[in-house]
Amino acid sequence: MKILAVCGMGIGTSVLLKSNAEKAANDLGLDADVEIADIGTARGAAATADVVLTSGELAAELGDVGIPVVVVDNFVDGGEIREKLGAAVGR
Amino acid sequence: MDQLVAVAQFIVNEVLSIPAYMVGLITAVGLIALRKSVGQIVGGGLKAVLGFLLIGAGADIVVTALDPLGVMIQGAAGAQGVVPTNEAIVAIAQDRFGAQVAWIMIAGFALSLVLARFTPLHYVFLTGHHILFMATLLTMVLATTALPTAVSVALGAVLLAVVMVALPALSQPWTRRVGGDGKIAIGHFGTLGYVAAGATGQLVGRTSRSTEDLKLPEGLRFLRDSMVATALSMVLIYVAVALVFWARQGTAAALEMFPPAEGIEPTIGHFIMQSVMQGLQFGIGVAVILYGVRTILGELVPAFQGIADRVVPGAVPALDAPIVFPFAQNAVLVGFLSSFVGGLVTLAVMAVALNPVFGLALILPGLVPHFFTGGAAGVFGNATGGRRGAVAGAFVNGVLITLLPAFLLGVLGDFGTANTTFGDADFGWFGIAIGYAFRTGDVGGVVLALVLAAALLAGAIVVQKRAVERGWDPGARHEAALAERAETEPEEGDSSTTDSSGGGTRRPERGE
Repeated sequence: MKILAVCGMGIGTSVLLKSNAEKAANDLGLDADVEIADIGTARGAAATADVVLTSGELAAELGDVGIPVVVVDNFVDGGEIREKLGAAVGR
Repeated sequence: MDQLVAVAQFIVNEVLSIPAYMVGLITAVGLIALRKSVGQIVGGGLKAVLGFLLIGAGADIVVTALDPLGVMIQGAAGAQGVVPTNEAIVAIAQDRFGAQVAWIMIAGFALSLVLARFTPLHYVFLTGHHILFMATLLTMVLATTALPTAVSVALGAVLLAVVMVALPALSQPWTRRVGGDGKIAIGHFGTLGYVAAGATGQLVGRTSRSTEDLKLPEGLRFLRDSMVATALSMVLIYVAVALVFWARQGTAAALEMFPPAEGIEPTIGHFIMQSVMQGLQFGIGVAVILYGVRTILGELVPAFQGIADRVVPGAVPALDAPIVFPFAQNAVLVGFLSSFVGGLVTLAVMAVALNPVFGLALILPGLVPHFFTGGAAGVFGNATGGRRGAVAGAFVNGVLITLLPAFLLGVLGDFGTANTTFGDADFGWFGIAIGYAFRTGDVGGVVLALVLAAALLAGAIVVQKRAVERGWDPGARHEAALAERAETEPEEGDSSTTDSSGGGTRRPERGE
């Protein structure tokens, strides 16, 4: 499956989110590729992804992209990411 | 024997001196250290190489779009005009210094982990693009000296490592006030602007209410999209400069700027529309560069983070500026607008007064740096001084990121004429300090630079021990004053007095 980590520019916080999401996916036993995107290209990138991880304000801006959008409050909290990602993909 | 020499020469000349291959190899090594699978190592390394080549391709587009702008500003204002864009100046410099930048980045990161492990400054700086930008800045400043490459790399790595652990500590009292709980720090080279904004907030906003009680239009949030913001600001700048150029230099000169296809009469309409097109081209160039940066960092930062987790357990991650945005979303917009105004006012002052006296370049305000650093400065100003703090603090940030890049240009050697430069505050003051240190000669420069690094490290340790660990709160007075005011004049029609007083401690969930 493909997970999309989204932040404003796509070079700062989303990269951090990516590596924590990789760990979370690994813990959940998911075979996942995590890619990063900025808010401008995220809608397009979401077309080929299975789930989106991002912050609350950007989730509002992203709107409905047809796949689950997981709102992460703390990008460095591995436990939160694992829990919310697990809930979104049904693990 | 000859064959051995030939092989060694081949490796040095055709592989290691090509920056893209260097970065690819270093990324692969990082991924090996993380014990990734062979496929991920090959894929990651190759992606880093491609990302690097993308940066170069974007740089070509940016330079092509900036050239006519430089000519037109010269004609319009009689002075050099510069649009600070970190990505652009870094991309332009990579071509010449790529390998050296990569070494400073890697060695500096390693050394910063050592400092985080063995000094009280337990910060791991994880904002990968800013590490890259600072490594590039240091390389460029040191390239103006006659130091041997090995010495430049070693000195650059030391300087990079020190700012990576010192700046998060220096800003930590304010970051905690904003709402960071002490579990995160700011790892972003706009620190001077944020601390200045926080301190300004303390000065001006004793009883000012939080920006979060304001209702602001949603309409400005689209500026968060960097592609839109960059293209829009460049088109506006281009058209404005073109109109002034036309007014001052006359129609004939304007028509000569962009010769149309053969056989077509040049018109002013063509001149204006070509200016619009150049602005859009700049936006495309930055978008391509960002795609390249993203491609590299997507592989490199997780590798850095994985290594850091092992070397410095319990460290505080120092993160990109937008992590403070959720704590006060209105302050982000207020801060952006105020910072932008600060930039414009400073530009006017530079054009009228500073350029004739010092010959300083005119720094044009870009929407991207003002949005990200101005927005964060607004959050810091709001946390210590409410609305007035957000406006005044971000204004100070706007002044800083307009003045500092102008002085920085003087120490960047022949890159001073590239029509672009570094935007954020810390690149400015740090680059200027190092650059001027080397005005005393190479030996004196090395000594002064090391003294600066030692002073910065010592200062940060003092702040960490005295302020961070003892829980000094720069917003305490503001909070007390607000609470007092709320008691003397209770309830102003709505019930938002109690939980808004902290300014930054509340997390607005609006829009979810």
